[in-house]
Amino acid sequence: MSVADVSPRALPPLGPNRRLKVPKQAERRLGNGLTVIAVRRPAVPLVELRLWMPTGRTHLARGAMLAQTMLSGTQSMTSVQIAAELQAVGGGLSAGIDPDRLMLSGAGLVTGLDRMLEILADVLTGATYPGQEVGTERDRLVDRIQVAQSQPAHLARTALLRRVYGKHPYAVQTPEPEQVRAVRPAALRRLHAERVHPADAVLVLVGDVQPERALDAAEKALAAWNGGGHTAELPPAPPLEPGPLLLVDRPGSVQSSLRIALPAVPRTHPDHAALQLANLVFGGYFSSRWVENIREDKGYTYGPHSLVEHSVAGSVLVAGAEVATEVTGPALLETTYELGRLATLPPKPDELEQARQYALGTLQLGMSTQAGLASLTSAFAGSGLRLEFLAEHAARLAKATVDDVAEVAQRYLAPTGAVTVVLGDAERIAPALSAIAPVRTEPVRP
Amino acid sequence: MAARRSRIPATKYPVERFTLGNGLRVVLTPDRSAPVIGVAVVYDVGIRSEPEGRTGFAHLFEHLMFQGSENLEKLAHFRHVQGAGGTFNGSTHHDYTDYYETLPSNALERALFLEADRMRGPRLTEENLRNQVDVVKEEIRVNVLNRPYGGFPWLTLPPVMFDTFPNAHDGYGSFDDLESATVDDAADFFRRYYASGNAVLAVSGDVDVAEATALIERHFGDVPARPAPDRPDFAEPDLTAERRSSYTDALAPLPAVASAWRVPDPVTDFAGYLPYVVLAEVLTDGDASRLVERLVQRDRAVTSLGGYVGFMGDPFDVRDPTALLLQAHLPPGGDVDKVLRTVDEELDRLATDGPAAGELARTQARMATHLLRDTDAVLGRALRMAVLEQQRGEPGLLNDLPRLVGEVTDEQVRAAAATLRPERRASIEVIAGGAR
Repeated sequence: MSVADVSPRALPPLGPNRRLKVPKQAERRLGNGLTVIAVRRPAVPLVELRLWMPTGRTHLARGAMLAQTMLSGTQSMTSVQIAAELQAVGGGLSAGIDPDRLMLSGAGLVTGLDRMLEILADVLTGATYPGQEVGTERDRLVDRIQVAQSQPAHLARTALLRRVYGKHPYAVQTPEPEQVRAVRPAALRRLHAERVHPADAVLVLVGDVQPERALDAAEKALAAWNGGGHTAELPPAPPLEPGPLLLVDRPGSVQSSLRIALPAVPRTHPDHAALQLANLVFGGYFSSRWVENIREDKGYTYGPHSLVEHSVAGSVLVAGAEVATEVTGPALLETTYELGRLATLPPKPDELEQARQYALGTLQLGMSTQAGLASLTSAFAGSGLRLEFLAEHAARLAKATVDDVAEVAQRYLAPTGAVTVVLGDAERIAPALSAIAPVRTEPVRP
Repeated sequence: MAARRSRIPATKYPVERFTLGNGLRVVLTPDRSAPVIGVAVVYDVGIRSEPEGRTGFAHLFEHLMFQGSENLEKLAHFRHVQGAGGTFNGSTHHDYTDYYETLPSNALERALFLEADRMRGPRLTEENLRNQVDVVKEEIRVNVLNRPYGGFPWLTLPPVMFDTFPNAHDGYGSFDDLESATVDDAADFFRRYYASGNAVLAVSGDVDVAEATALIERHFGDVPARPAPDRPDFAEPDLTAERRSSYTDALAPLPAVASAWRVPDPVTDFAGYLPYVVLAEVLTDGDASRLVERLVQRDRAVTSLGGYVGFMGDPFDVRDPTALLLQAHLPPGGDVDKVLRTVDEELDRLATDGPAAGELARTQARMATHLLRDTDAVLGRALRMAVLEQQRGEPGLLNDLPRLVGEVTDEQVRAAAATLRPERRASIEVIAGGAR
């Protein structure tokens, strides 16, 4: 393509930034301890629902089975009836669990909100865990875990969690098949009675609703939900302990999965905004140094990414890339180089501005759909924050200076503080990795 | 069970359409409820159009469109979109290739500039080509070669169902074909398919129509006019005898199977096609659906099950020929033949008795939610309208889809089910090679 004879055109400037406006919302704490937050975003005639229940220190396999079977039947409805009744109002519910929370989420036509809440209440107060359904779901969960255990991304994640969290409950987040096979309905009913209760739970409703009216609807449906259960506090996550690179041998891999954990801070920490910007400059978005280096310059990988992950008991920065087996050593070298460069030299002002605009813009984008707003509100509420935090965070992002970012980069991104795990064909990649760092090799295990 | 019937709601997104002098078609759909915009440029070329010996080329070319253009260096596109607070991507489908951004609305003009610049001409260099061949190979390794069920069934079922190269070949491409691609191939592909007359631009969200129209004229008006190439006919005869095939996936721990049946032309026979879209959901949407209830809950013959129309899962962005697909994972030692026989049995039952009371209505209500949810995002709206304009000249169909889905009758679903006969079916079976 000839481009020489064309006079250059200038990139148009951006218009003025629009202020971040938090939408209309209302909140109420019911007598039973349930907090309900309703947010108005009437773009489509739907409502999004998220119910967060704290589940610190829940038995791993029973917790996984609880989520898998919670919607399997109540005193008044079978599993098929629950699904059909939700479907009839354009709705659906699904359950998921992690070491922090049990989450019921769904969406439906806003005209069906009352009905969805009724069904939700029926499940919360009257889930029966019928033997037949529990048996079916147990087998399905076992199969799903087996499929997960054949995925390199899952295996790399599992190895990293174990390495980072040691004896903390976050260290193991997927149960073994045999543990799942041992779970009986009676144990699920007991766990439900102990842990599925409204104290410290947060229900978020977002959509084409009048917030006060949505709160009334939730109160009407859920005020009778009770249970003398308990919640359990998680101990704080341990600090990272750097050491030899952990090489997990997966013979025959045509790619290596690179995972690097670095320290991070919670959303409310004074360093958080600057750390978010430092992470973006390093590898947190496409226009970052790491992506431009190992993908766009060297072609080692398709989708490298780094992210600050927040959990109730602590935060951690995780960088991950799937790289070709033959360039595993060089890819780790470039990664260490980029971390070291940012930890020792301040970012350029235009790099910081670009990252700042991205961080501010994606806040606007994240709030622009009902589903995005619901997930954001729920995630914030899980760490005791409200949507107003967005505006405060935006102000901190706007203020962070080159010096601020350089300082946090030195504190958090230094490669000496990293915990590194590589999953791949050890025979082929160990020699090059050993040239960069001390290596400890172990066989792959689920 | 009470057969409550929910009223199917509609959206009223406004639609402005016009065509520039160079043939570029434009769709605008303003919505000022949030300060964000979606921008989509869709070219009428996809996997089906790539030449023999050049498998994977349409997708490789998609990567090259991000590697600099007339006034932009390599990496500039990414930096300018993200530096305006936006996100971007592109994707290659059987019948089109799209490029898109979601941005705060103050970046409208910048986004238009970026898209117009690469429509005038991407920077096709040897260095960028080699770099992106490497990146695409890693994409194929991560999505296909290094994981279980990679490419199942979207890459593995078409060669069983279809006979001609356009419909049957691997859209990700072979490493040999990718490595032998040249800059000249890319220049030819651009000249032929990336013509202003072969593209649609859609902008949705926080825009003023008059202002956006003027900006579009300013940035795209002088893109040199090139007409759309003739689109070949990709038609193939329907199957008259059952086809089965299988392969061993060395990484897969469990067996799996996918089946497909041809469906009516999605564009020229939309009324005949829509019942199949609904049928796929009646069969597989959630625990109350026919096949999930039977195969997962009752028989425990499969552990997960999905069904949809169009090999990539979106029924409203494909042209003929396409298919209704069912896919399932089986427990260890599961019996694929038995699963297929049960599917036939349930289809027979549906064809004979029709849907149960309330079964269709509740499925339609849920489909309405899915449709509305997808278009709640400005980008979902822009992309869908761009494709509807390109393939049908009817972007406003987006507003009508929930209602039209709701108007499909029991009798139409029954009749559609009656056509899904074993002799019209193509199936691919994954034999688990990774069982421990």
